[in-house]
Amino acid sequence: MSAAARLCLDAVTLGRLMPMFLWLDTDGMIRAMGPTLTKLVGADAVGAHASDHIRMEGCGGTEAQLWQMAQDPERARRIKLRLKAHPDCVLRGHAVPIGDATCGPSGGVGILVALSFGIGLIAAVRAHDLTDADFAPTDMAMELLFLNESRSGVMAELRALNERLEDARREAEAQAMSDPLTGLANRRALEQELERVVALAARGGSPFALAHIDLDHFKEVNDTLGHAAGDGVLARAAEILREETRRSDMVARIGGDEFVMVLRGTVSRPRLKALGERIIARLETAELADGQPCRVSASMGVAISSDYRPPEAERMLADADAALYVSKRAGRGCCTVAEGPRVPGGPVGGVAAPRAAEA
Amino acid sequence: MHGIVNRSIQQFIVDVYGASLWAEIAVLVGAPADGFEALLQYDDTMTLALIETAALRLGRRREAFLEDLGAHLISRETLRRLLRFGGMDYADFLFSLNELQGRAQMALPDLELPSLSLRARADGQFTLEVRAETEGWGAVFTGLLRAMADDYGALVLIEMVSAEPPRQGRPGIERVEITLHEARFASGRRFDLVLPQGVAS
Repeated sequence: MSAAARLCLDAVTLGRLMPMFLWLDTDGMIRAMGPTLTKLVGADAVGAHASDHIRMEGCGGTEAQLWQMAQDPERARRIKLRLKAHPDCVLRGHAVPIGDATCGPSGGVGILVALSFGIGLIAAVRAHDLTDADFAPTDMAMELLFLNESRSGVMAELRALNERLEDARREAEAQAMSDPLTGLANRRALEQELERVVALAARGGSPFALAHIDLDHFKEVNDTLGHAAGDGVLARAAEILREETRRSDMVARIGGDEFVMVLRGTVSRPRLKALGERIIARLETAELADGQPCRVSASMGVAISSDYRPPEAERMLADADAALYVSKRAGRGCCTVAEGPRVPGGPVGGVAAPRAAEA
Repeated sequence: MHGIVNRSIQQFIVDVYGASLWAEIAVLVGAPADGFEALLQYDDTMTLALIETAALRLGRRREAFLEDLGAHLISRETLRRLLRFGGMDYADFLFSLNELQGRAQMALPDLELPSLSLRARADGQFTLEVRAETEGWGAVFTGLLRAMADDYGALVLIEMVSAEPPRQGRPGIERVEITLHEARFASGRRFDLVLPQGVAS
């Protein structure tokens, strides 16, 4: 009984069950379509040749091939059709041969194709203004749309959360790396930067200069005008140092009135000396926000990485420091560029205090 | 409790009663200074304290506060849209509540919503059973279902009828009765299955 049971469906009923069905006769003519597919292809396609409206994906695509595939249960399992009216819309489907010769001329002979949107669903719903009435209740379309939208919502939340965390991390990092009074880098940041530029220079990267600056007469300002004025002077000095350097340089405050600058790519002695003198001149004439003169000067010592093979941070810092004391002893308010160790073709030997360049 | 629950309560208080009242309540319950994160978990006691404190501060019964909260959830387009995927009309939507827990977990696997079961008692009459470890979800759904009825343009009467509190690890049951007088009483709000390109809900 069950093997012989036959199901007679008219196209309207079939369309209610499968709004995206496609029925071709043995000649490849479209006999009927479900209502949703009709929306996409157009009602006038009924009676026309399927190849006028759809193309089989992946195999040149004639209905003869479709017919062949439909005969083969293995191959027909998953076919892809492209609508000529909407070339960006690929439908996924399943084709089965139906009926037989005994059905007579009005019978349901041909190929029945069940179609769905697959992953192109969202684009298709948008392009064709589809509503939930266009999908069979068994279709997972609603779930896919729901999931897509909830996923977008969760992703947006995650992105926002990540941005907040990243901001907090940057903030914490910046705080750990900067001097709260002047906003300059602190000693820890300087050490990291030195490690970096030394490694770069050792690998043939650009050389750099290290300048050690100590404000002169700062203690007097602090003692006579008070700490607030002292803080103002430090902040103003920091501004000047920043203005006289480039973005790729680093200016650090490493203690009370001591600063270190890492100057990338600047190794010409005369230019470094000129820079130092310009900074000192600006510091000597600097004023606080209220117009009060800062009444400080500065002593500077500079070491240049290309004098060292290979450059070493500690040694350069010590030499810049020694050059700074040469400046102090020379009466303050001047800049000394260290001569650097003599390197007559060999590794750097123990070199005593650098000689001062003429002031 | 999932952070999205706490954040919804926070958002409700901020939207309806203002940021300064929220700040006051946040201090009282010890909520994070920057507010709750929607994707983190918080202890249940925090959520319960939040509800209790807010209701007390506003001079409202806990249930009334939770009903308003439920209705306010729908004013958020994201959630309104997700719920509208439940069905073409209000009756469809009501039956989709049976799957709400599963749907919510598809979106947020660690979100524990109450288990909902809807029974049709007679034509247009439904009972929703809300089973949860914590009390109050029945009131939240009462408010939410009313707001969704407006959204669909349906004319309904919704009331919470009974509650059995949770005890000894057994979830409590709260029952909400829904009488659907007219499914298409008003035009309701528009719902497109997908948002236009580039629009986030």
